[in-house]
Amino acid sequence: MILIVRALGRSCIDAIFALGRFVLFALATLSHVFRPPFYFREFFSALLNVGYLSLPVVGLTALFTGAALALQIYSGGSRFNAPEVVPQIVAIGMVRELGPVLVGLMIAARVTSSIAAEMATMKVTEQIDALVTLSTAPMKYLVMPRVLAGLMAGPVLVAVADSIGIFGGFIVATQTLSFNPANYIINTMNFLTTADILSSMAKGMAFGTIATLMGCYYGLNSGHGAQGVGVATKASVQAAAVLILAANFLLTAVFFTA
Amino acid sequence: MITFENIFKSFGHNHVLRGVNLKVERGESMVIIGGSGTGKSVLIKTVLGLIQPDSGQILVDGQDITQVKRDAFLSRFGMLFQGGALFDSMPVWQNVAFRLQRGALKRPMAEAREIAIEKLRRVGLAPDVADRFPAELSGGMQKRVGLARAIAAEPEIIFFDEPTTGLDPIMSGVINELIREIVVEMGVTAVTITHDMTSVDTIADKVAMLHRGTIQWCGAHTDMAQSGDPHVDQFVNGHAEGPIETLR
Repeated sequence: MILIVRALGRSCIDAIFALGRFVLFALATLSHVFRPPFYFREFFSALLNVGYLSLPVVGLTALFTGAALALQIYSGGSRFNAPEVVPQIVAIGMVRELGPVLVGLMIAARVTSSIAAEMATMKVTEQIDALVTLSTAPMKYLVMPRVLAGLMAGPVLVAVADSIGIFGGFIVATQTLSFNPANYIINTMNFLTTADILSSMAKGMAFGTIATLMGCYYGLNSGHGAQGVGVATKASVQAAAVLILAANFLLTAVFFTA
Repeated sequence: MITFENIFKSFGHNHVLRGVNLKVERGESMVIIGGSGTGKSVLIKTVLGLIQPDSGQILVDGQDITQVKRDAFLSRFGMLFQGGALFDSMPVWQNVAFRLQRGALKRPMAEAREIAIEKLRRVGLAPDVADRFPAELSGGMQKRVGLARAIAAEPEIIFFDEPTTGLDPIMSGVINELIREIVVEMGVTAVTITHDMTSVDTIADKVAMLHRGTIQWCGAHTDMAQSGDPHVDQFVNGHAEGPIETLR
């Protein structure tokens, strides 16, 4: 019994230490946002990677999800004689929840993993040490540009995902479910509020930041060798995905239960 | 002058450095020898702040390194890493000119590139290597690029961490000669970590042997053969039997 309590206690202490280390890392990153030098080339390169190059996967995911959502809502709505709610529910579902969450998870899969693997490899091959000896702070040169890129690209990707998701629903509804295209668009536009869109953008910012921050944190704190790189990559994606979903719940609670 | 005063460093239960005391004079080429895992690399990394010692003091020109401005301090150093540690996301010339493209030593891009090509030429690489990526180079070429990067900003002190590891004997000889030439030509203070006795013979003015976390022996390279220290004799002659325990 004592052994079980001891193991439980050790796990709790380890978890608290890990949380503390992550919070310190996040605060250190934040402190670098306001202090020169700023590496603009690294920032634009990160913006290209996090934002522009994520567009295909985000767009395709949103398109199919929006299309499937339209079919599900039509089918579900028909059970209580309300199949006409498809445009409104697709719009609210994509903008409030699915758009941001899909973007968050896609960035976690695509960007978090690549950042963690890249930084962990840099650590294993002493490139991080080399940066320090060349008078360049890794937090400033590697972490800050990527996190800032996540913060800025997140809302743009979410806007794209929301639009394409709604478009996916529109295509299915008008081509296979006999909805009138003009009415579909009017219903969508009338139903969405500014608060819905702003909450979507805010989630995009939060998820983009979480995804890039987790990649950097696990990459810079990786273990040795190829195994260390693998473990860091896996752990970063898991942690980013869970944190994104947890943050989504919290943000939804803040925005829509008040 | 670099002075290590009673440096201790442990990683968990592994006590790597147990009171290292060592002086490296200005303009001197010191080679630190010792078996694998004896803390040679840890020792030089403590100077650069890559690893924090648990206790002890490191002085560079009489100044405690914990009291200096980091950027200005680091700009006095160059380092050749064991595996090269070249940034694989950028071409060779940008690796070499890294320090010249940002920070206090920033130059216009064309000038930085010109200096990089000149440094590459100094280490025996043709200008066409400048636009290639590190992954496209052989191990020997990567070491040369690392060397070019270490000397690009004309540092006062250069650290060489296992400069010949992974190279064939001929290329090892070439790199050793190159290091010796550069150290003499630039008049820098050099600290080399190695267990390659050919490197010691080519590069060293002085030799220090690290064993069990302390400096076992330190003296002029010319005195090493007559050191009278059984640890040094065993290491230099590569004997399996002796005071240094070996796993078989």
